[in-house]
Amino acid sequence: MSLLEVHDLHKSFGKTEVLKGIDFSLDEGKVLSVIGSSGSGKTTLLRCITQLESAERGHITVDGETVFDADETAKLTKEEKRRRQLNFGLVFQSFNLFPQYNVLQNVTLAMELQAKERPDFKEKKTELLKAINDEALRLIDSVGLSEKLSNYPCELSGGQQQRVAIARALAMKPRILCFDEPTSALDPELTNEVLAVIKSLTKLNITMIIVTHEMRFAKEVSDRVIFMDGGVICAQGSPDEIFGGSDNARLNEFLGSFQK
Amino acid sequence: MSFWDVNLTILQGLVTTAELFFLTLLFAIPLGLIICMGSMSKISPIRWVVKTIVWIVRGSPLMLQILIVFYGPGLLFGLPLLPRFTAALITFVINYACYFSEIFRGGIQSIPNGQYEAGQMLGMTRSQVFFKVILLQLVKRVVPPMGNELITLVKDTALVRVIAVYEVIWMGESFIKKGMIWPLFYTAVFYLAFNGILTLLLGKIEKKLSYFD
Ligand SMILES: Nc1ncnc2c1ncn2[C@@H]1O[C@H](COP(=O)(O)OP(=O)(O)OP(=O)(O)O)[C@@H](O)[C@H]1O
Ligand SMILES: [Mg+2]
Repeated sequence: MSLLEVHDLHKSFGKTEVLKGIDFSLDEGKVLSVIGSSGSGKTTLLRCITQLESAERGHITVDGETVFDADETAKLTKEEKRRRQLNFGLVFQSFNLFPQYNVLQNVTLAMELQAKERPDFKEKKTELLKAINDEALRLIDSVGLSEKLSNYPCELSGGQQQRVAIARALAMKPRILCFDEPTSALDPELTNEVLAVIKSLTKLNITMIIVTHEMRFAKEVSDRVIFMDGGVICAQGSPDEIFGGSDNARLNEFLGSFQK
Repeated sequence: MSFWDVNLTILQGLVTTAELFFLTLLFAIPLGLIICMGSMSKISPIRWVVKTIVWIVRGSPLMLQILIVFYGPGLLFGLPLLPRFTAALITFVINYACYFSEIFRGGIQSIPNGQYEAGQMLGMTRSQVFFKVILLQLVKRVVPPMGNELITLVKDTALVRVIAVYEVIWMGESFIKKGMIWPLFYTAVFYLAFNGILTLLLGKIEKKLSYFD
């Protein structure tokens, strides 16, 4: 069984059906890229998987455990929903760092709030906070920003902000880390530093879903690629199958638009 | 009647003015938050009732509202008059809470949804997101427009003389019957000083919050 299994996902906004039945699975440690033209439903898919949006139909499991079932969402307690959502991390197109916290605090905040909910927090306070701090320093170092610990987001470049956002998402140890066009809000000269960080994560066997318009990058880092078109998966396969010439007309037309 | 006596008399008025100012703030901020939540409620009847109240309160003259709160209950229902200061305070709290609620609503709506979503994806509860992520950003956004309202509030306190609350202008004016007109104009100095201090304080707060954007 795969780590992530998405089954028959449907999502509409009002009368427009945006996802028309999505099925796929993803094995542990693998990287999945999602490509497709604007409006094809990539962001919506990611938001349904991460449960920022709830699908009207469908079923998602992580490690065999149901994390989403359209028929039972109404019955879930907030606590249970929160627990299930923590299976996923999300790196946003627009970073969404917390502006009032510096780099270190952005990474530690959620870990600290989580630690405070532990029954033994009071007794072990110093050790726990120390461990959180060390973990944050390690993560920030891994995205190459040790020099910027006490800088605020407004003092960082877009690329640096996105790297902090990646460290912040990793801090919660998600089973699956999702990216929604992580570089499309960046100036071209800043995309590479972010892509390099994401690439370094593949070596750590982190399971990832990456929505991207960077075709070369997708080809390089992915184990699987999904091509979305009009709310359905129009083609999927290995990077070679998708990028190495296929007989799918829609896919060829889409990839063709990138050659120019 | 010396200059010193005039100052002392007007200062008595300033105590009343300052009381009205601070008590209005104290009650209008929480009430404004409640009204703000009402005006953003998902339940549309609540939203419309609240929006109508805000429209009436903001759309009609404050001076008229003071008169209505003071005389209205007696004229309509034969109830005893409220103490003058209390009537003035009630009017100010309701009036300013409505203005504040719109400022808070603007502040809340100006915070990008991504902030809530980022918090949610990091496993925060709704209240953790509000208190740890949103609140300070909200404060930063509402301080400048609130500053404007506070300065207006200081000057609006002069209106309560219509129901004979002895505030600064009333006291200044009381010298006219002793043949002195200048103390009335001199009261401006007290408003300017009050607002001067307020402006400095607000500037300090803004500066404190200027480290992020
Ligand atoms: N909250 C929403 N309300 C209404 N319609 C929406 C909403 N979110 C997305 N849509 C619609 O759903 C469709 C798919 O949008 P989505 O953002 O998933 O596309 P996308 O593939 O991510 O596109 P892009 O490459 O431009 O980011 C679009 O037609 C969009 O207008
Ligand atoms: Mg998108």
